[in-house]
Amino acid sequence: MTVLAQLIAVTATMVAGGILFWFLGKNPFEVIRIIFWDPLFDENLSSYARPQLLVKAAPLILIALGLSLGFRAGIWNIGAEGQFIIGAIFGAGAGLAFYPAESAIIFPLMVFAGALGGFLWAMIPAILKTRFNTNEILVSLLLVYVAELILASMSLGLMRNPEGSGFPGSRNFRSYPSAHNAELIANTGIHWGVITTVFALAVACVLLQRHMLGYQIRLAGQAARAARFSGVNPAGLVIICLGISGSAAGLAGMFEVSGPSGQISIDFNAGYGFTAIIVAFLGRLNPIGIMFAGLLLALTYIGGELASLRLGLPSAAIQVFQGMFLFFMLATDVLVTFCLRWRSRMAI
Amino acid sequence: MKKRLFLAAAAVVPALVAGDAAMAQDKTKAGFVYFGPVGDGGWTYEHDLGRKAVEAEFGDRVETIYQESVPEGADAERVITHMALSGADIIFTTSFGYMDATNAVAARFPEVKFEHATGYKREHPNVSTYAARFYEGRAIIGYIAGSMTRTNRIGYIAAFPIPEVIRGINASYLWARKANPDVEMTVIWVYTWFDPAKEADAAQALIDAGADVVMQHTDSTAPQAVAQKAGTVWTFGQTSDGAAFGPKLRLSSIIDDWAPYYIDRVRAVMDGTWESSATWDGIDQGMVKIGEITDEVPAEVKAGALALKEAIASGETHVFTGPVNRQDGSVWLAEGETADDATLLGMNFYVEGLTGTLPR
Amino acid sequence: MTDFPILALLAGMIVAATPILLAGIGELVVEKAGVLNLGVEGMMIVGAICGFAVAYETQSVTLGYLGAAMGGAALALVFGVLTQFLMTNQVATGLALTLTGLGVAALIGQPYIGIRGTTVGAVPLGPMREIPVLGPVLFRHDAMVYISILIVACVWYVLRFTRAGLVLRAIGENHHAAHALGCKVIVTRLAAIVFGGVCAGLGGAYLSLVRVPQWAEGMTAGAGWIALALVVFAGWRAWGVLVGACLFGGLTALQLFLQAAGVAVLGEYLSMIPYVMTIVALVIISSGRVRAAPCAPASLGLPFTAAT
Repeated sequence: MTVLAQLIAVTATMVAGGILFWFLGKNPFEVIRIIFWDPLFDENLSSYARPQLLVKAAPLILIALGLSLGFRAGIWNIGAEGQFIIGAIFGAGAGLAFYPAESAIIFPLMVFAGALGGFLWAMIPAILKTRFNTNEILVSLLLVYVAELILASMSLGLMRNPEGSGFPGSRNFRSYPSAHNAELIANTGIHWGVITTVFALAVACVLLQRHMLGYQIRLAGQAARAARFSGVNPAGLVIICLGISGSAAGLAGMFEVSGPSGQISIDFNAGYGFTAIIVAFLGRLNPIGIMFAGLLLALTYIGGELASLRLGLPSAAIQVFQGMFLFFMLATDVLVTFCLRWRSRMAI
Repeated sequence: MKKRLFLAAAAVVPALVAGDAAMAQDKTKAGFVYFGPVGDGGWTYEHDLGRKAVEAEFGDRVETIYQESVPEGADAERVITHMALSGADIIFTTSFGYMDATNAVAARFPEVKFEHATGYKREHPNVSTYAARFYEGRAIIGYIAGSMTRTNRIGYIAAFPIPEVIRGINASYLWARKANPDVEMTVIWVYTWFDPAKEADAAQALIDAGADVVMQHTDSTAPQAVAQKAGTVWTFGQTSDGAAFGPKLRLSSIIDDWAPYYIDRVRAVMDGTWESSATWDGIDQGMVKIGEITDEVPAEVKAGALALKEAIASGETHVFTGPVNRQDGSVWLAEGETADDATLLGMNFYVEGLTGTLPR
Repeated sequence: MTDFPILALLAGMIVAATPILLAGIGELVVEKAGVLNLGVEGMMIVGAICGFAVAYETQSVTLGYLGAAMGGAALALVFGVLTQFLMTNQVATGLALTLTGLGVAALIGQPYIGIRGTTVGAVPLGPMREIPVLGPVLFRHDAMVYISILIVACVWYVLRFTRAGLVLRAIGENHHAAHALGCKVIVTRLAAIVFGGVCAGLGGAYLSLVRVPQWAEGMTAGAGWIALALVVFAGWRAWGVLVGACLFGGLTALQLFLQAAGVAVLGEYLSMIPYVMTIVALVIISSGRVRAAPCAPASLGLPFTAAT
């Protein structure tokens, strides 16, 4: 049923998008082919685009996995973008502090610092929520702005590359091997972030299916009062969920900044934290679903880029196309919900 | 690790491009990577005019592709690679932040030529850098501004405290002061290249602080729109067709004309004469141009500005010629001494006479 | 610092405050109805281009604002239908709305780049313009500044003293109870969402018609997100939004004016103040130390289905 709904969504997007592209004077079939087919199967492009799919999707999936735990429990961390940024700053800071020393310990230290940064940033809404009952949606969102301003200040000040002729932005990790999150196997796009994401995927599956915490999270989301009676500590759950999602976002930020992005710069974050929220919902908060949603969204990014590159489509058209895609995906979810409900009623 | 990566990539990539290369024999393909939307009316817009000029020059012999609004970082590297894979023979990356991405991709596509604007890294023989000596244009504009101001106060909207911007401020100020020894310049740092609302507010703040000429080193035309509202304030355009704002408001403009350079470089690729180079051209070579000076400017000021332009073009006058002191009073250039390019490229101080502190 | 233009600063503050005030008061009504629409930025930018395009084509600023309101409302309606009828998640839908809005606006705006905008004059308030201090700060603005304050007053009055306002607040606090009492939850929420779209559209149009005034891609540059913070800062009170907008707008204007007056400022840290203050305000409100302080509507962001 889910698959069918998603097929409907993709088809609807293609039709609506096709009409849009046709209006813009492009051949709709060609645009759709370039977006959905070429990155995967074009003989000339796919060997590069396919690995890039992993590079683009990994942070989205990693963040979305962390978020989905909280979302399931009714704990709304929408400040992943901020945790992503702070994680990156902590991680990059840990690496840059050692420059130019080379040691095998530096990268693990950066990974730890990245997770810690995201965790600490997420603890602000968590502790405010448990101590003062403030709304975590709003606090985590507000902290995104603060994080963005800290990022701007870092790339202009403290972390600015002393050899960069005064331009904003830190040293590039590419030229600092000990701290560089490099591609591990050439032309696969696989870096430590991708491996961490796969690992996180496995953990999330096991956690939700088999572990007590997963049970508590699901229970808290479905029936908060029942959860309390069965011994779930709501404050503890808030701390755990925000902590996990913050750490995941922080890790993603650290891997991004030390690898694909390469440096702390004013806008390296590119909205991963917000896009990941959409990914979490498109994946229906299910780890496997999130994986597919992340990959699919990454595909529209990469394919969309190719389309605008090859056909001279304005990037705005691709943005609208993605927006329509998200709307259709979200809207067809309702079909699934209703059908399930209908079927269960029939069963009774 | 880096070396291994390079070797592995080098082994695979030629196989990838072979297919397209055969097809692209007859047509030269030029790619352009833009930081902003082509409709920003400033920086990216001018580069896109350069792209169109390439198309007009070579017609059927060339094909251009471009990608707008490309964020710096991972996305830039992917876009540049996609361009190389799509068979581009030469790729222009038009923002400072693409520097590392450009060099990284260049390592993997030795057959493709890369041109990076405003950067300084040329790690591979297939990478060139190019930039324009905007400060030459800014000196002329500064001269006009200094001559025109009645309040003796010039406002300057600056993006980031980087050498490029600081050079422009110093050049404008020095020549404004040559035209009018009493002139003062107020600088506002907005920390963005493009935020129309913030630029508009900054322009308003400068006007309220008594400035009647507003210069800018940001990308939107919002300050001109604000000046239009204020009525009695002059501004300068920074594109070739900012004429919508009329002669009363826009005294002249400073134009980055990339077209000659782009045409040259694409032709060099066609002829097989392309070589890695570091270009820093100014008024002399036509990379920086001064737009029409409107009739609002009195004839003698206009003549003075044009004379200055000629002198700069002929090399007779260097914009930074001593005696010039740094803001702290220490000597930078002795009498008759001219600034060397290395100092200019790393400029991180105000010249004497400018008020306010340079953010660090 | 000798001749610091304090009056100009205050006037500049009002100009900087108006767009976020409009967007913020709209979002306040939406949130009071228990809906969280994170698509304010998208609705604002669509309003900005619709307003500019219509004003340019018709040479009428009034029609421009009308177009902006309709543009914002249309986008809000998409959000409303998705979240209220198709039960999509509000956070995800709102984010998608911002993405779409930015794209749509850029597409519509392509022919309008680099075009000179219309000039909007101040409202002729006659002798009031000349009152010392108050005149230059308060009485020399364009009509939309006064209309926005009027909208705030209306929202305050309606929410506080009318039955419609009561219904709206009831729905926001507990939609099940309100439904049981016979309130039309979905219809009310849809109306609130559309109102939010209208206001955000007007706020966007204020940027493209008055504050900047021209069209440029991405010109809202985060104003919609500030409007969201504003509602929280205001503690979901209409007049609070006005105070907050002045504060947020004031700090934006202040750092520019300080620089114009030759004072070096740490831009980023000054810009952080409103957000940190908002969080502190939120903590004070939520911790219940202020008596009778309104909190976030209890049903904020929760989906409503009549069946359950």
